[in-house]
Amino acid sequence: MQRLEGLSKLTGAERYLDDEPLEGPLKGCLWGMTVRSPVSRGKITRITYGAGFDWSQFVVVEPSDIPGPNETYLIENDQPVLAPGYVRHMHEAVVLIAHQDRNLLRRAVASVRVDVAPEPPALDFRLTPRPDQIQRGSDNLLKKLQIRKGNIERGFAQAHKIVEGEYETGAQEHVYIEPNAMSAWIEDGPTGDVVVVRGSMQCPYYVLNALKHALKRDESRVRVIQSPTGGGFGGKEDYPSTIALHCALLTLKARRPVKIVYDRSEDMAATTKRHPSLVRHRTAVDQNGKMLAQHIEVILDGGAYVTLSPVVLSRGIIHAAGPYTCENVLIEGKAVLTNSVPYGAFRGFGAPQTIFAVERHMDRIAAALNLDPLQVRRVNLLKDGDTTSTQQVIKGGTDRHALLDQTLHIANYDAHKREAEKFNRTHPYLRRGVGVATVLHGAGFTGNGEVYLNSKVDVAGRPDGSLEVLAASTEMGQGTNTVFTKIAADAAGYDIADVFVGTPDTFRVPNSGPTVASRTVMVVGKLVERAIDELARQVGQNGSPLRGPALKSAIQAWHRANPESELKGRATYQPPPDVKFDDKNYIGDAYATFAWGVCVAAVEVDLRTAAVRVLDFVAAQDIGKVINPVLATGQVQGGVVQAIGWALTEEMKFKDGGMHNNTLTNYIIPTSDDVPSIRVHFHENPYPHGGGGAKGVGELPMDGPAPAILNAVAHATGADPRAIPLTPERLLPLLR
Amino acid sequence: MQTTASNPAASTLQIAFSLNGQAIDIAVDPRERLLDTLRYRLNLPGTKEGCGEGECGACTVTIDDLPANSCLVPTFQVRGCSVRTIESVPKAELGPMLAAGATQCGACTPGVVMTAHWIKQHSQVLESQTLRALMAGNLCRCTGYDGIIDGVRRWIGGPQ
Repeated sequence: MQRLEGLSKLTGAERYLDDEPLEGPLKGCLWGMTVRSPVSRGKITRITYGAGFDWSQFVVVEPSDIPGPNETYLIENDQPVLAPGYVRHMHEAVVLIAHQDRNLLRRAVASVRVDVAPEPPALDFRLTPRPDQIQRGSDNLLKKLQIRKGNIERGFAQAHKIVEGEYETGAQEHVYIEPNAMSAWIEDGPTGDVVVVRGSMQCPYYVLNALKHALKRDESRVRVIQSPTGGGFGGKEDYPSTIALHCALLTLKARRPVKIVYDRSEDMAATTKRHPSLVRHRTAVDQNGKMLAQHIEVILDGGAYVTLSPVVLSRGIIHAAGPYTCENVLIEGKAVLTNSVPYGAFRGFGAPQTIFAVERHMDRIAAALNLDPLQVRRVNLLKDGDTTSTQQVIKGGTDRHALLDQTLHIANYDAHKREAEKFNRTHPYLRRGVGVATVLHGAGFTGNGEVYLNSKVDVAGRPDGSLEVLAASTEMGQGTNTVFTKIAADAAGYDIADVFVGTPDTFRVPNSGPTVASRTVMVVGKLVERAIDELARQVGQNGSPLRGPALKSAIQAWHRANPESELKGRATYQPPPDVKFDDKNYIGDAYATFAWGVCVAAVEVDLRTAAVRVLDFVAAQDIGKVINPVLATGQVQGGVVQAIGWALTEEMKFKDGGMHNNTLTNYIIPTSDDVPSIRVHFHENPYPHGGGGAKGVGELPMDGPAPAILNAVAHATGADPRAIPLTPERLLPLLR
Repeated sequence: MQTTASNPAASTLQIAFSLNGQAIDIAVDPRERLLDTLRYRLNLPGTKEGCGEGECGACTVTIDDLPANSCLVPTFQVRGCSVRTIESVPKAELGPMLAAGATQCGACTPGVVMTAHWIKQHSQVLESQTLRALMAGNLCRCTGYDGIIDGVRRWIGGPQ
């Protein structure tokens, strides 16, 4: 089945928020913009509105205009909607301004001066903060978490060797090609006026909750609608709550519609990024490379507010031990406050950082023992029946050893290795190498997260017998609408032409949870199937569920008998049986299931320039059943290339705590000419509790490329790179 | 809108050009970007803004049959030129791109299609350049480029 909205995207007919005419509810629309903090930390002493503007013609929103608490509703609500007289990071929102003339507005915003009495910012998360940098508790910690299994001291006492290493990863910008954009207007409703917010987003109900909280309104008086969304990757998970609040505040003050569209430089400077990390490994091994104890420390830079850092840290530490089993494990994680833009969700959500560390560390264990890195992986790789660091018993029937062998075969690993070694003996300045990473990714929310979410999906049977899937899961390029249509059509025995997916609109769709965590097809897709069962039961006779034309006729008959009524089947999340997690002690089934992967990278390093080029890349993935091969392959290829950028070129440069290279000229993402064709192999093993038998696919591809590439660089050059992005500047000193 | 941010307009210029084969006669601020003229004044929002500085290629159009980033072109410079936008590309031709998975989120896609369409019409460039090199001016964050490259190859026809 082809992507439903594909042709309208190819012809440019798809209308993103900034493409829409200012008509209908947006008639008379004002443009909104944000005045931002010029420094990383301090007390705002004065705000000066520039001379030469008639400020009575502008709408200006300050913190006193916020009807409810000046808080962005998330985990701890510590992030203000507008800086309340005190700023904690560069580019933090201070004042909002709106005007009908977009050019005049730009000049007016540029004229506003924010004076701040600066205080010492904490800018390096790796350093213990000085007393004058402490801003939270006694140590600036945002969150601390631990996983403990067995007794690491016992393991270290038996060690043949102890291998240590420190691994670092940098911030990463999402670079969705459509920047953040939001609109807001006011409608009449039965219980008073309704603030409607429509824009580019992943999680309509996150935005709804944020609006309810800060605007002090219940859900009958706030409505959130998703507009076609040009990419997200996590960057439109929590940030849209901020821009939605800004837009809503302006519209409430102006009593006119307002639109805020960020340009690229504002989007890059002011929105969330992937958490930078420092991971330390200390591992006890025997002569064969078998791990006897893993002691892992994970430190994440959380930025200026808590936002999602606790859950990013949680996923990070759960993945930190890799797809291996070890009797004795201690993982200590902390997320640290710094005065930089809050780090947020980004594809992989903490796992790519910790998997980078463990997968690079496996190769370094092999080097320390003079063993083949594949052998070290094989003796530790999880088999069904083994337990993870949280003591989750792995099951599901995927043979990870066979997946590794099969991937090496597809990748011509042995030939690559032989040829590289031969090539390197003769070439004066080019060096080739090959590297492997074996990875896992927990699908869906961590621990009891899915139970707490309690997601719901409705499927409506319409008078003509067709079906409409009503879910809050958003299409942002990954193919939600296409895959839901296919899952619903298969479940109902329908032709895809008779299945529709409704626009996420909180007045129409139930809360099926956020569109994150590789959960949409697996978790919400399963709810789509079950909602159809429920619908079919409602119209069936004697409770027997109907399918295909019989279902269609029964729906039509139901509507004839119940004119003007709505027919809906609803499903609510039920965890698979026997999935139990103790989220206080981090023991048990951290995820209902894992997706598995193996990456093989072949690289070439130019010793003159220290530039690294990926020559060949194979990604093998077990994502359960593949629902749509073109879309699933595209997810893997896109994720791999995004990870290649993270590994090699995407470096966020800071100046005084703010992003200094906030342009695509200076922040370098891969082009078509920088990467090879990404060879994708799916190992299909249907997962019975996932929609259509699928597990999550969105994030797994992000996990393996960075360590596979650095392992290949180490193989090619003999260098020992342990930090990414591995830019030429970072690699050159390692080449001697 | 960046080019007009610094100062109010001093004067406008009256220019004529051909847009997708139709004659256009319009008064423009000398600093107005072609991208904004197309999107906000001529109701052709198929051309997208991705970066506003000529890096991403989402705003690709052709000017006198050469691909250009319309965010870097002051509109008055297309006086007397022939400008073509995504709206001029026949929908019926795009099946191979769709089948290959050349579009995901779609924000880069119109620019990708414009470049691909130009390559298709000037396939001799493939004798000296690879398709990957020719497409390198169009950043895509979703596909990893395989879907795009396969799609263009199928659209152009023949091996590449």
